[in-house]
Amino acid sequence: MDTPVQLTIDDQAVSAAPGTTIHKAARAAGIVIPTICYHDYCTANALCRICVVEVEGSRTLVPACVAFVAEGMRVRTQTERVRRARKNILEMLASTVDLSEAPEILALMKEYGADAQRFPGALKRDPPLVDDNPMYIRDYAKCILCWRCVQVCASDAQYTYAINFEKRGFHTQISTFFQRPMPLTTCVFCGQCVGVCPTGALKSRRAWLLEQGMLE
Amino acid sequence: MPESDLSPLHAVLEELASQGRAALLPALHAAQDLYGHIPEPVAFEIGRVLRVPLAEVHGVIDFYALFSREPAAKTVIQVCNDPVCAMAGSEEFLKTLRRQNVTVHQAPCLGLCEHAPAIIVREAQRGHVKPGKITETIGEAPRSLLGGDIALLTRNCGTGRATALLEYEAAGGYLALRKVLTLPPDQVIAEIKASGLVGRGGAAFPTGLKWEGAAKATGERKFVVCNGDEAEPGTFKDRVIMEEDPHGVLEGLIIAAYAIGANKGYLFIRGEYHRAFKTMAVAVAEARAGGHLGASVLGSDFAFDVEVRRGAGAYVCGEETALFEAIEGKRGFPRVKPPFPTTHGLFGMPTVINNVETLRNVPLILTLGTARYRSLGTEKSPGPKLFCVSGDVARPGLYEVPFGVTIRHLLEDLAGGIRKGHRLQAILFGGAAGAFATEKDLDVRLSFEDLRAAGLPLGSGVVMVFDESRDLRDILLRLARFFAHESCGKCYPCQIGTQRQMEILERIAAGGALLSDAACLSDVGWTMTDASLCGLGQTAASAVISALKLWPRLFEGR
Amino acid sequence: MSIVTTTCPYCGVGCKLELHVKDGVIYNVTSPFNSVVNHGNLCVKGRFGYDFVYSPKRVTVPLIRKVPQVPGSRTQAFDRSEWREATWDEALDLVADRLTGIYSRDGSRAMAVYCCAKATNEDNYLLQKLFRALFRTHNVDHCTRLCHAGSVVALQMAVGSSAMSNTAAEVVENDVFIITGSNTTENHPIIALQMKAAVEKHGAKLIVVDPRRVEMVDYATLWLPLRPGTDVAVFSAMAHVILKEKLCDEAFIRERTENMEAFAASMEKFTPEFAESVSGVKRNLIIEAARLYAKARNAAIYWSLGIPESSHGTDNAFSLIHLALLTGHIGRRGNGLNPLRGQNNVQGASDAGAMPWHFPGYQPVDDDASARKFEEAWHVEPGGLGRKRGLTTTEIVSAIAPEGVRALYIMGENPMMSEPNLNHTRHKLQDLEFLVAQDLFINESGAFADVLLPATSWAEKEGTFTNTDRRVQLVRQAIEPRGQSRPDWKILCDLAKRLEARLGRPESAFWDYACPSEILEEMGRLVPDYAGVKYGRLAEEGLQTPVYDDQHPGTPVLFTERFTRGRAKFHPLDFRPAAETPDKEFPFILTTGRVLEHWHGGSMTRNSKLDDLYPEALMELHPDDAKRLDLSDKQPVRVRSRRGEVVLRITVTTRTTPGVVFIPFHFREAAANLLTNDVLDPLAKIPEYKACAVRISPARPEDLEKPEARQPRGRY
Repeated sequence: MDTPVQLTIDDQAVSAAPGTTIHKAARAAGIVIPTICYHDYCTANALCRICVVEVEGSRTLVPACVAFVAEGMRVRTQTERVRRARKNILEMLASTVDLSEAPEILALMKEYGADAQRFPGALKRDPPLVDDNPMYIRDYAKCILCWRCVQVCASDAQYTYAINFEKRGFHTQISTFFQRPMPLTTCVFCGQCVGVCPTGALKSRRAWLLEQGMLE
Repeated sequence: MPESDLSPLHAVLEELASQGRAALLPALHAAQDLYGHIPEPVAFEIGRVLRVPLAEVHGVIDFYALFSREPAAKTVIQVCNDPVCAMAGSEEFLKTLRRQNVTVHQAPCLGLCEHAPAIIVREAQRGHVKPGKITETIGEAPRSLLGGDIALLTRNCGTGRATALLEYEAAGGYLALRKVLTLPPDQVIAEIKASGLVGRGGAAFPTGLKWEGAAKATGERKFVVCNGDEAEPGTFKDRVIMEEDPHGVLEGLIIAAYAIGANKGYLFIRGEYHRAFKTMAVAVAEARAGGHLGASVLGSDFAFDVEVRRGAGAYVCGEETALFEAIEGKRGFPRVKPPFPTTHGLFGMPTVINNVETLRNVPLILTLGTARYRSLGTEKSPGPKLFCVSGDVARPGLYEVPFGVTIRHLLEDLAGGIRKGHRLQAILFGGAAGAFATEKDLDVRLSFEDLRAAGLPLGSGVVMVFDESRDLRDILLRLARFFAHESCGKCYPCQIGTQRQMEILERIAAGGALLSDAACLSDVGWTMTDASLCGLGQTAASAVISALKLWPRLFEGR
Repeated sequence: MSIVTTTCPYCGVGCKLELHVKDGVIYNVTSPFNSVVNHGNLCVKGRFGYDFVYSPKRVTVPLIRKVPQVPGSRTQAFDRSEWREATWDEALDLVADRLTGIYSRDGSRAMAVYCCAKATNEDNYLLQKLFRALFRTHNVDHCTRLCHAGSVVALQMAVGSSAMSNTAAEVVENDVFIITGSNTTENHPIIALQMKAAVEKHGAKLIVVDPRRVEMVDYATLWLPLRPGTDVAVFSAMAHVILKEKLCDEAFIRERTENMEAFAASMEKFTPEFAESVSGVKRNLIIEAARLYAKARNAAIYWSLGIPESSHGTDNAFSLIHLALLTGHIGRRGNGLNPLRGQNNVQGASDAGAMPWHFPGYQPVDDDASARKFEEAWHVEPGGLGRKRGLTTTEIVSAIAPEGVRALYIMGENPMMSEPNLNHTRHKLQDLEFLVAQDLFINESGAFADVLLPATSWAEKEGTFTNTDRRVQLVRQAIEPRGQSRPDWKILCDLAKRLEARLGRPESAFWDYACPSEILEEMGRLVPDYAGVKYGRLAEEGLQTPVYDDQHPGTPVLFTERFTRGRAKFHPLDFRPAAETPDKEFPFILTTGRVLEHWHGGSMTRNSKLDDLYPEALMELHPDDAKRLDLSDKQPVRVRSRRGEVVLRITVTTRTTPGVVFIPFHFREAAANLLTNDVLDPLAKIPEYKACAVRISPARPEDLEKPEARQPRGRY
């Protein structure tokens, strides 16, 4: 076992094994760094940047979910710069997708005083709901592009590779090969994707029917 | 080619199959060329033969602007609509295209800024185009426009054609490589370190340190990559070097490979740079035939070969890790760093990736010797530097100067000053990802240290000049559109921020700014700058933030 | 709204489920990511296949046939109009009367029961107790006979214990592993994920030995495509190579095994050349596989029904066991012999004594001390329990005759789909005097019954399942029983008391359990391996048997110090081909198995949305054969064997090899088991599902039972 690394997080002395992320080291010390895309059982990709923190000596903010602790590191998790970034990211997210079924994100918005109406006239991502198979529906108007579904369909769990990305940038959406209906893809309907979706964009068809009052 | 006929595709795939996924971009390029687009059965075959999951084939097609799932007209033209070409009349040109049976792609900067307005028609670069019937001979064939105080990096350029191997060698080319092959690799690295060379792609990382890192890293294989994915709006220096002095670049790459112990290299060239791609491919073939590449480079026991790759329309692939992803046949998403390429680069192996201009410096350093090289430029910014001057100057072009000359010298003495009858309003330094300079900055010296003190980025050497007649809000909107178009969508700040920035600037440019817009723009800008994953997002608001500081009234709302 | 944690009712992996319930309706299933078995991952059946609970076809009231059935002309009644609803009292009294009537007249030999690998340990323990203690019969079996019997017998004889020696999730610790006779991605999907990760993330090397190009071949270093039925030749040739090249673990053989010399002598004839000649596998592949496996630091073998479901299934399993014994790849983490059990509780049903030769805990019925122990526990007079082995499932069917079996009780199983040579099974079931089915649906077997007792699904009851790696896990009730349905254990206790009253037994065997945990505790008092298995200890991760007492932590790896029988024993082998080999008249080999979306006889999955995903049987045919027969993809064909015929569509695919066709056995409309051969392995009594000879001819779409059912799928 390597000698633990000594660092400070919000002036609190913290000791962590080398190779620990700042996020995990903070969690072990009782300091909560918020996350959105991060999932303990998926590859962390530092997408949402809600977990950014200020690390002394670093030009930009640092994503705590992927950045490792280092000896003598001084981390601050609640500086003005950090809070501005988090608040803005939350506001931009709220201006883009339907977060009504993402209670954890809504709670963060409250915590950071984020205004869901910050961007008047902003383009939303609002594609129609896809109901193309007996098992689950895909409502990408709720998709925050956390990548979890793509990753569990690939090497994070299933090795099925039924879904990937379409377009890029703001207009990115999760898609099958040439938008084939799910039964015509390699999908095995394991629903790993449904299991990791944080916003209700992927949902078991029965749950959806129940909400619609259509479950027989 | 009818889509139903897959036999020509199979012929291509047969050659590529052994590379597997790494051949995905070449295969898609071949398909796009054969069929004019990539229909589903073609994509299916490519996925099957190269063993790439179909959904990922789809994802890759969709990521790159030069691949399309939809059929296009027989003639496809790309019209640059970035600031410099727009100022030169690209919008008027675009309007005349509506009645012609052509498929028009409004392209990000085509790297032909000194010939604005520029287009590419059926792979041919054309400059100074005027409204009219679209053929391969519309406008003018761009010819390199060179100038400056010195001609070291550009010594073989200016002929309007590629310098052939024999010619290059006659002018002293490959002597540096011959010398290097007699030295131990660590001595080569020491020379480069001593020269003070730093990367010319924008990040200015010390090249020698990079090489040393990769040389020391352990890996079953190592790679060197030449980053020829030049796409920063306003930049065209690498295109000129690749088109006219391909061996100068190749020699630098071979030396880098020798220094770190790589046996395979890639030249990754921007997809829109057809001429540079063909030129470099010919040069590599020449070098292979001449024994400069292969199992025994120039008779030594050093083995090295190079593959020339085309990008496919994604600015973000200029980011080194995104570029690796592209070579590996993936969407060009930048990777999280660390780990850095020197230990975990292409295919996860230790890799050195250098910009074209950087590599062109390498043989120069080894030929001149460190002392003579360092006699150019300043103490902290040694050597020669290329600047891409475009916009409202009398003589746009590529200028080679030693570091340390003033902006004024570059603009007034070399580029002929502001176009007649006008005066300077602003200079965009460093490209779309840059910042604005004004009249008061003209005496700043062009060196890393002086520019940094003045708050200006050197970036890739872009000097884009705007006179008083230009509406900077329109310029900023075009930059914002560029970033919104080029954001890969990986991290949220850039994915959404580039879109929101564009929307706000659309309002501002149209004269309908809201009271809240300036503050929103600033917040979005700083969030992208602080929290984005890669350099694209971190600099996507750079020009806007600098304009907000310089001309706050431009953004005032009602 | 509530979330109830329970265990998946499908395959033997035993994934942890969270049932999300609103107003008594299960509307969603998730799995906790920290679950030790499945890490939050599920397959289509576990995550979406629970809607059979709400199927309108489900029977939730006791049913009695309107027209009394007589032996010889018994009919199948699928339609509810042929049944009348009854009260529980009426139905149970009728069952008790008829069973005691037949027992009083014909004695124990007339009574038989099919326990159930889908039901809980408690249900199975009670049902075997009921038939043993009350009807004094050992004609108690369940579908383990039809799946891993060959593996169980071979493992019992060679090492003394018949379960997986290691934990499934340990596959990531293998350096090399062999998968044989297992289409793991479809039949044990979650273990397959761990296998894929082992290869992709942990650098393990995989050897697949299978006549089909199953999905795991995509991850394999070596694929040995053998002809069905030639397993002994291939694996013994590997043993031959290991012996010849001295790749054995001499110390392990010396210290922990016996009968090596006789065995080694029997391996002389199994040269790679010989194996190639019978199996079609290139000799170099066999040699390479032998070296790879033998030289690995940690190596394990995973197999499923391709090994035991053969007329020499026991020998097949021996040939695998030998490889582990020769190389010492057993008794340590990351090694082992791992038969992947097919059903959620086939391990538990076997542990609970749903077996004709064993009391609970594999205590032999023909051992007097064991029998005495159970006589005492169940208050049976000394000598009251028979000392002779009972009949196995296939033997029970065959024994249905005026002087043989007269009454059959089926809990949750479906022999009319799962037995081989179904025309024979049909003929025999028709001959029964009395048949009770305890089930959720009127399945193909229950349709023959006199009385149908509506049981609850797993979501409506409490109990335990024991998964493939011996982990006992809790089943928790999430919703109230549908209609009047009752948990199996309650039905059985109620019935047992009525039977005891009619039989006039002086002392009750005891049926007054307050809850299932008391049943498991009774079993634990009789089965040493379960002595420490208590509900209170199962809440989080369950416990892996053996668990010898209340403090024992459970046993993830078996045989670390000694084998259950002391030393492991080598068994000399000879090669025997499959009972039926292709000839001019029947030129193809048919092999059968499952698909991802379905489950066994289909009682659950074919009453679920799962059926929409895979609505009809498709026969896999190799493109070369399709070309030769001039058949095209999705064309209907008629498939005949010496025992029956079916009509179904083909799917032309390289997943199978030339000369070999595959039919999944879930589909009543084209029941694969009409074709299969009911020849049995002499030791394990398991039928040869995996190889019989068939011929194929084109058919017309109108010959299909459901010509319209076609769901196009990308993966088939």
